[in-house]
Amino acid sequence: MKKIITIILVLAVMATAVAGLVACKKDTTTDTSVSFAPVAKENIKFGLITLHDENSTYDKNFIDAAKAAVAGLGLNANQLIVKSGVAESDECYQAAADLVDQGCNIIFADSFGHEQYILKAAKEFPNVRFAHATGTTAHTELQGNFYNAFASIYEGRYLAGIAAGMKLNAMNEGKADNEKNYKMGYVGAYTYAEVISGLTSFYLGAKSVCPQVTMDVQFTGSWYDVTKENEAAKNLINNKHCALISQHADSMGAPNACKEAGVPNVTYNVSTKTECPASYLIGSKINWVPYYTYLINCTINGVTAVGFDWCGGIAEGAVQLTEINDAVAAPGTAAAIEAAKAAFAAGTLKVFDVTKFTVNGQALTTKLADVDSDEAFAPDTQVITTANGITFFNESGYRSAPYFDVTIDGITFLNTAF
Amino acid sequence: MTNESKSGRERLLHITKREFSQKWKAYAVRAVAFLLAILICGIVSTILTKKSMGRFFYDLFDGAFGTERRLWDLFHNTALLLLVALAVTPAFKMKFWNIGAEGQVLMGALACSACIQYFGKTLSDGALIPVMLLASMAGGVIWAVIPALFKAKWNTNETLFTLMMNYIATCFTAYCIAVWAPLGSGTLTFKLGHLPEVGNQFLLKILVAVALMVFLFVYLRYSKHGYEINVVGESERTAKYVGINVKKVIIRTMILCGILCGIAGFLLVSGTHHALHKTDTVAGRGFTAILVSWLAKFNPLTMGLTAFLVVFIQKGTGQFSTLSGLGASYPDVMTGIFFIMIISCEFFINYKVVFKKRSKKTEAKIEPPAPEAAPSAEEENVERIETLDQTETGGEE
Repeated sequence: MKKIITIILVLAVMATAVAGLVACKKDTTTDTSVSFAPVAKENIKFGLITLHDENSTYDKNFIDAAKAAVAGLGLNANQLIVKSGVAESDECYQAAADLVDQGCNIIFADSFGHEQYILKAAKEFPNVRFAHATGTTAHTELQGNFYNAFASIYEGRYLAGIAAGMKLNAMNEGKADNEKNYKMGYVGAYTYAEVISGLTSFYLGAKSVCPQVTMDVQFTGSWYDVTKENEAAKNLINNKHCALISQHADSMGAPNACKEAGVPNVTYNVSTKTECPASYLIGSKINWVPYYTYLINCTINGVTAVGFDWCGGIAEGAVQLTEINDAVAAPGTAAAIEAAKAAFAAGTLKVFDVTKFTVNGQALTTKLADVDSDEAFAPDTQVITTANGITFFNESGYRSAPYFDVTIDGITFLNTAF
Repeated sequence: MTNESKSGRERLLHITKREFSQKWKAYAVRAVAFLLAILICGIVSTILTKKSMGRFFYDLFDGAFGTERRLWDLFHNTALLLLVALAVTPAFKMKFWNIGAEGQVLMGALACSACIQYFGKTLSDGALIPVMLLASMAGGVIWAVIPALFKAKWNTNETLFTLMMNYIATCFTAYCIAVWAPLGSGTLTFKLGHLPEVGNQFLLKILVAVALMVFLFVYLRYSKHGYEINVVGESERTAKYVGINVKKVIIRTMILCGILCGIAGFLLVSGTHHALHKTDTVAGRGFTAILVSWLAKFNPLTMGLTAFLVVFIQKGTGQFSTLSGLGASYPDVMTGIFFIMIISCEFFINYKVVFKKRSKKTEAKIEPPAPEAAPSAEEENVERIETLDQTETGGEE
């Protein structure tokens, strides 16, 4: 019997080795000259692939926007197919291919890990447009039917940070010096640039109105984990004595912990005012309706030059704030946010203005970021630039997906191995 | 379960053990249970969505068989689930409750990924892939043998042990991903070490699964190892009495389980996902496989069918869920209904419920212990004794 097993194993190894040598397949050539014919409105079919379903605030944001975009363009509701709960695995490619079979001419995936599978599908189906949120490779792959999209959400987080900073000021007003507490807590998913960029911009927004502020960050190692997010928020509140919590993770774990403890909470992607009327302060969100609408219109009109990397901002309505909860927010919050918005529009305010933060006590004067995702995982682009007399870290200027991954002074990571 | 009346003598119903004289009757009960399961799924779905029953059945079959791609995808997923189910089967046969396949497959996948990570740059794919395969097997074996050693040496509870090992594997994988891609978002992707396609992206894995299914069937049914596994499973004391080294059999069988899990892990990373993720890579197959194996009564050939049915339900109801906006958990709910129905039907196969008629004593339906009920068990015994003789006289292999 041993012999038989040995022989089978040896044969298996040899077979794979031989197959590996023989079956070197041709590379699918990158075709940058694809052209698209216009598609009649009634033939539009929009396929959306989401990592979780509507129970996740992140995915709900994509699903709701897709419904709104389809309705806004006067399309029939059944011209949208949503495949939810699609893992970041081969399942994603299969889902995309199946959507093609169902007649979709635009397919959009919402999670970072979907990218390679969407790219694979894009190469296989050159007549279908594929778009992907938070992705990084479209501007280097230059596959004519594959696009990345994101938004300058760091500006939205900065604005939400202003509301948080003003709330901190209001909470500490009239307190004795030894009772003052300017510490915020932040529940993050991974030590991933998108998260770090978001939490840093939130912190800088708060710091712009409350210079004493500090922030503790606890990571969960998951985009969606109700228990871990809840526990992280509780730890920040009870053991680290944080006076205010924000998060970049997708469940109701942190908002509910804040509700229980009566601690103000700044949310992401959704307003939790109905669920947490006494703790919800404000939130920032990416509104995907403008991009979806743009993409569908491009498909209807047969536009080929969609742009490999779309980064929406406040002006396009892609970055928004959810409602301010007047019961929690400090007076004057709305006005302060409007003023900052105007300054962003005028170009006189930059979130990552290098004079506004330090790294290990030093100003950040030079920074190479890994903008072009390649095998090297090596920094390739100088991202500190100067405009309007302001020197700043140019987040999202070279690629829509965030690449700010610097830990700045005033922010403490409680754990990092994620 | 029995419902005694106040007198203490008259029982409204009682349960008796039964065995079907013809095997097809037992299969008929299972088939009915399956159809009932689908029917209940349909009823639940129509209540939830107010769509017609016809729509549910259309989507169910359309989702599983509707296009050529879906058909391939169906068989592909069946093959992947079958591979893991096969991997747990030898251990189950010897009543070693290995519920650690999720972790064992993941460790295979992790070892495979480690090879790409560390040797990907220096080795060509032709050399890398065999290394990956061997490493995957080693990864699976290590994770499977640890609980086996503890069981053999100190008689630890293998169920708890293997269960816990799953979580260690998940966390260890998450840690490795964080170390290899410190700024990633939890998924490690590979551009190297892709298993070449045979025919299409699915076929190779389907062929491997079928080959291993046949291999395992032969191994368990006709080899001396398979026989030893059977004896250890039936009674360790008997095994010791006839001179089987029980510890050796446990460890050897778990090595086999580990190898099979490793192959599954290798195929998942190198042949399917080209990526590693702490949960999405194995995606719960290690747990589903336990039920698949169990429902097939540990027969590898039947396992092909049970794996197929599970995947059919998942894919078919997945399509209904997509078109009805029922969310990502809906196929799991439907799979749950399927499992409950099939498992509870086993009760009616093994037992019969006899209702006592109150009035006439003479009509009381008490089944005599059917004399023809035992032949299957008897046959088995005879078979066993025969093979026992062989081994006693046959000596070394």
